[in-house]
Amino acid sequence: MVAAERKEQPEQNEERIDPGARFAQMEGALSEKLYAQMRLIRRFEEQLLERFDRGLLVGTTHAYIGQEADAVGVINHLRAGDVVFSNHRCHGHYLVWGDKPEALAAELMGRSGGLVGGRGGSQHICDGGFYTNGIQGGIVPGALGLSLAKKVRGEDAVAVVFIGDGTLGQGVLYECLNMASLWGAPLLIVLEDNAWAQSTPSYREVAGSMLERARAFGLEAGEIESTDAEDIYDHFGGIIEDVRQSVRPRLEVIHTYRLCHHSRSDDQRPAEEVEARRADDPLPKQRQRVSGQRARAIEEAVEARLLKAFEAAEAQAQPSIEQLDDPLLRGMPGPHT
Amino acid sequence: MSQTVLESLNQALHRMMQADERVHLIGEDLLDPYGGAFKVSRGLSTAFEDRVWTTPISEAGFVGVAIGMAMGGLLPVVEIMFGDFVLLAADQLINHGAKYSWMYNEKVDVPLVVRLPMGGRRGYGPTHSQTLEKHFLGAPGLAIVATNPFVDSGRLLETATLYDRRPVLFVENKKMYARRQRLIDQGRCESMAARVSAGPYPTVSLSFGGFEMADVTLVAYGGMAELAVEAAERLLIEDERYCEVILPTSIQPLEMDAIAQSVARSGHLVVAEESPGAGGFGAEVISALPAAAWAALRAQPQRVSALNVPIANSPALEAATLPDVDDLLNAMRRVAPASSSRSATG
Repeated sequence: MVAAERKEQPEQNEERIDPGARFAQMEGALSEKLYAQMRLIRRFEEQLLERFDRGLLVGTTHAYIGQEADAVGVINHLRAGDVVFSNHRCHGHYLVWGDKPEALAAELMGRSGGLVGGRGGSQHICDGGFYTNGIQGGIVPGALGLSLAKKVRGEDAVAVVFIGDGTLGQGVLYECLNMASLWGAPLLIVLEDNAWAQSTPSYREVAGSMLERARAFGLEAGEIESTDAEDIYDHFGGIIEDVRQSVRPRLEVIHTYRLCHHSRSDDQRPAEEVEARRADDPLPKQRQRVSGQRARAIEEAVEARLLKAFEAAEAQAQPSIEQLDDPLLRGMPGPHT
Repeated sequence: MSQTVLESLNQALHRMMQADERVHLIGEDLLDPYGGAFKVSRGLSTAFEDRVWTTPISEAGFVGVAIGMAMGGLLPVVEIMFGDFVLLAADQLINHGAKYSWMYNEKVDVPLVVRLPMGGRRGYGPTHSQTLEKHFLGAPGLAIVATNPFVDSGRLLETATLYDRRPVLFVENKKMYARRQRLIDQGRCESMAARVSAGPYPTVSLSFGGFEMADVTLVAYGGMAELAVEAAERLLIEDERYCEVILPTSIQPLEMDAIAQSVARSGHLVVAEESPGAGGFGAEVISALPAAAWAALRAQPQRVSALNVPIANSPALEAATLPDVDDLLNAMRRVAPASSSRSATG
């Protein structure tokens, strides 16, 4: 396949988001910027869980607590035109990508001003090239297709898809590793190995080597075992640029740990294991790199922003039945035969 | 001589790929000289080398890839080698492609076409002869279009590919590929009166005796279309009674106007499909009848469909399993016995 000349046409019905440019424009040193983003994710999730306990939200939610370093380490390297396909545990990824806790909070509370008007909730959000779905493995072909569309249209773009160790059980993933390699897709698969697939530990669900699974199809594959945001940020800078330049797919494993439950009230992990991993909590690790004064200022700003975000979300109306419009029944434009 | 359905589809693909570089073709064994299992894709990889993606045997994967391509600004057309294999991609179609536009609050479109060669009568046996689109009926966000020889199949495919922003399952019938198109011209189709509804996916109504004469309405689609016309002709010759044949091409959402108007005239309804009937097209047609059409019914509607068993390889067993012209004729005679017909009593 060679890249055809890009045809000018509106690609989708929304703006593009440029997380890399926003990150570059953030005030402060790298360590402060990373801490501010991670603090926002952590406190967003904690406030969310607290609201769940108060019965203010429905359904379920999959918190990212303990994995924040992955989101900031990867997504800050992306730019306008790149795409991210994320999964059920997507809030942290989104907050780095879109930086709109207000719209995310409204979506999670089922409000009309939410990212997708209350239609998607926690696992199904979309904003400016960022997509999520809650079906394990099923997002990988879509991400691959997006990466190929970008390539065909002559765009210098990368698609990143986030999967977990549990996703390694899904067959469609391997179909995609094969096609991505055959077709030279600018696709980065980021595997966040947080040691547990819901209540099943990795050793009961993953046989053999995660990396060799990708290498068997001819993908470059690497790994990092860290919850250090700056290590992960440094690691991914070159990798994303390499995927962009080489136009080849790659799998990158981040060995991390989920400090919270899988969704809600479903944590049967050994308490001593979770306790031992608290030493790896990425947030205090990053805070140590920031002066006490700056850290406190960041924390105050995050609290104020989240207070406003959740209050604004709670004040919004629920979507009305008129919004339950089915485009399928609305007809379509085009010639009539 | 008119074009075959196969020629019409193949030429439409050539036209579209020539006219719009966003159109890409994706599927198994598509490259020339093979050109796809039923040759609908013949010549395309030679003419448009960079836009024909021959795939590994990975239906879930490449249907999902096409969904991503559609979200990324291309207009992919997927060929499923045998329509039976689309079940492998059901998750991608129902939980992904069909949902994205709505669940993302219409921030994205998924303008995807998945072509499905369906149907039996060619001896391919239990896993290569089915008519499976009914399993996708009722999945929100998914359109199902089925072509037949009485519409321009290529034009229908062009509409689905170039103008429809939804994911469309485009149902073709294997037996139909070699048939010549029997297009409607100025209200006539051969010796029949013909009507075509407005809209991108037309419903064709055919009548041997004129629409005011209808004794029974026979609704069919796809591979049952020509059998329905043959049954209507035999009903006229053998019983001197009139059947109006209604052939929708939009199966989801169901195009009911022509059906309802015909039933209001005839008072009798037979629905036909090549798949087993339970939970299928005919059940939908009957339950979607508006009140006025129900009030006009003078007998319980009849459903003609396949036996609820897999399709055998043996020609004798296959023929016994799938509905044929005699089944249609018998159903029409059951629902509208001569004594009940308007022409007989009037």
